[in-house]
Amino acid sequence: MIQVFDLYKDFGKLRVLNGIELKIEPGEVVVIIGPSGSGKSTFLRCLNFLEEPTAGEVIFEGVSFKNSKNDVNRLREKMGMVFQQFNLFPHMTVLENITLAPRKVKNLSKKETEDIAFTLLKRVGLEDKAYTYPNQLSGGQKQRIAIARALAMSPDVMLFDEPTSALDPEMVGEVLDVMKKLVSDGMTMVVVTHEMGFAKEVGDRILFMDEGKIVEEGSPKEVFSNPKHPRTKDFLGKVLI
Amino acid sequence: MDFSYLQKYYGFFLNGTMITLLISFFGVIFGVLLGVVFALMKLSKNIILKSFSAAYIEIIRGTPIMVQMFIVYYGLPRLIRMDFEDLTLGIIAVSLNSAAYVAEIIRAGILSIDKGQMEAARSLGMSHKLAMTNIIIPQAFKNILPALGNEFITLIKESAIVSIIGIHDLMYNTDTVRGNTFRPFSPLVVAAAIYFTITFSLSKLLGIMERRLRAGDSSI
Ligand SMILES: Nc1ncnc2c1ncn2[C@@H]1O[C@H](COP(=O)(O)OP(=O)(O)OP(=O)(O)O)[C@@H](O)[C@H]1O
Ligand SMILES: [Mg+2]
Repeated sequence: MIQVFDLYKDFGKLRVLNGIELKIEPGEVVVIIGPSGSGKSTFLRCLNFLEEPTAGEVIFEGVSFKNSKNDVNRLREKMGMVFQQFNLFPHMTVLENITLAPRKVKNLSKKETEDIAFTLLKRVGLEDKAYTYPNQLSGGQKQRIAIARALAMSPDVMLFDEPTSALDPEMVGEVLDVMKKLVSDGMTMVVVTHEMGFAKEVGDRILFMDEGKIVEEGSPKEVFSNPKHPRTKDFLGKVLI
Repeated sequence: MDFSYLQKYYGFFLNGTMITLLISFFGVIFGVLLGVVFALMKLSKNIILKSFSAAYIEIIRGTPIMVQMFIVYYGLPRLIRMDFEDLTLGIIAVSLNSAAYVAEIIRAGILSIDKGQMEAARSLGMSHKLAMTNIIIPQAFKNILPALGNEFITLIKESAIVSIIGIHDLMYNTDTVRGNTFRPFSPLVVAAAIYFTITFSLSKLLGIMERRLRAGDSSI
């Protein structure tokens, strides 16, 4: 479904992605872990061209994308993204947040998009919040709305960049629950996270990134119980205490 | 001080005030419309649009409005071979001036919006233009409303400059009264009082609006 060939990204002199190769199958849940600054966010952002790769190619559903001059808007319609900082639109109600893109990008009617929105709000357990503004929501609620907003475009893949890192601990669970539901519905997902429990439970494949490279990959069992690379051991030793 | 001449001349002040308000009002409206365009040009990646807008803003901010007024008054009708009402030329000059200042206000407003907003919009498949018009500009406008209000107040004062091209605004009519009554001083006090009353009430009104806006604020 997604193939990545020889992806490089430089910020000035700094090489952040250093030749990434990856193939993601439909329905797969890929979890990316790694130390801060290893390029996890940058990699995710290169998948939907929020960052323009310096070199390399992304093939998504059979279409090749080499730079953002290709029709990346079409790619992004099919690739939802959830950010650490939620990035809800503060001047719009929850309902407007969710319906805006389907209405403007897909030209669906108000009725259609609201039906979609209410179905999704039910799915994330926040039907009663349709007419509130984001500043009246808790962090966990904001993130669930952000997930619903991305789902409203009916994407084929969902990208998550540390979706629970900005949350108070007691709200992490509600967001992970929504994500687990997505997994059981068969959504293809790429998740950057520090939630190792979640990674073990739902990840089909764990990628360990360090210094812009995928250093190690395998099933959760392989990577967590029997890491091969010293960097992976080192990293897991620090986070799994 | 004797203000008895007002009985005969109050109409001059009244009409002058109307013209001043009219010029400032249209000045700020066209200033904002043009200002948005210049701000977007200056923020764009297109080097030609960017430099044009940057040069325009620098030149307007770096030359006296009096010079700009004369240039528009004498230059524009020749340049496009058309006759204009003096009032129209006055409004054009004031708007062109205001646009430069407003452009900088709007540009700062747009830059103040968290870049996560643009990214979220783009990640949903929205084009740059859709994201700008639906997400960025509405939020920017809310932030810069106070600054725009101040620009309106500034315009009311600065618009006195149109009197030099013979538009019968408050300043011009004040001069007329001074001449007709042989009182060089007292009409100026009246004019100052009128200018101050308008700007002071406007600034109070803006203060109230600003507080309302902030009360209903829905920022993250
Ligand atoms: N827009 C940018 N301009 C310059 N450097 C950047 C930019 N974005 C990221 N970087 C740098 O690239 C490197 C990788 O950043 P990235 O955000 O991808 O790391 P990460 O693995 O997601 O880290 P974290 O776990 O802290 O989120 C860092 O050194 C960062 O400073
Ligand atoms: Mg990151």
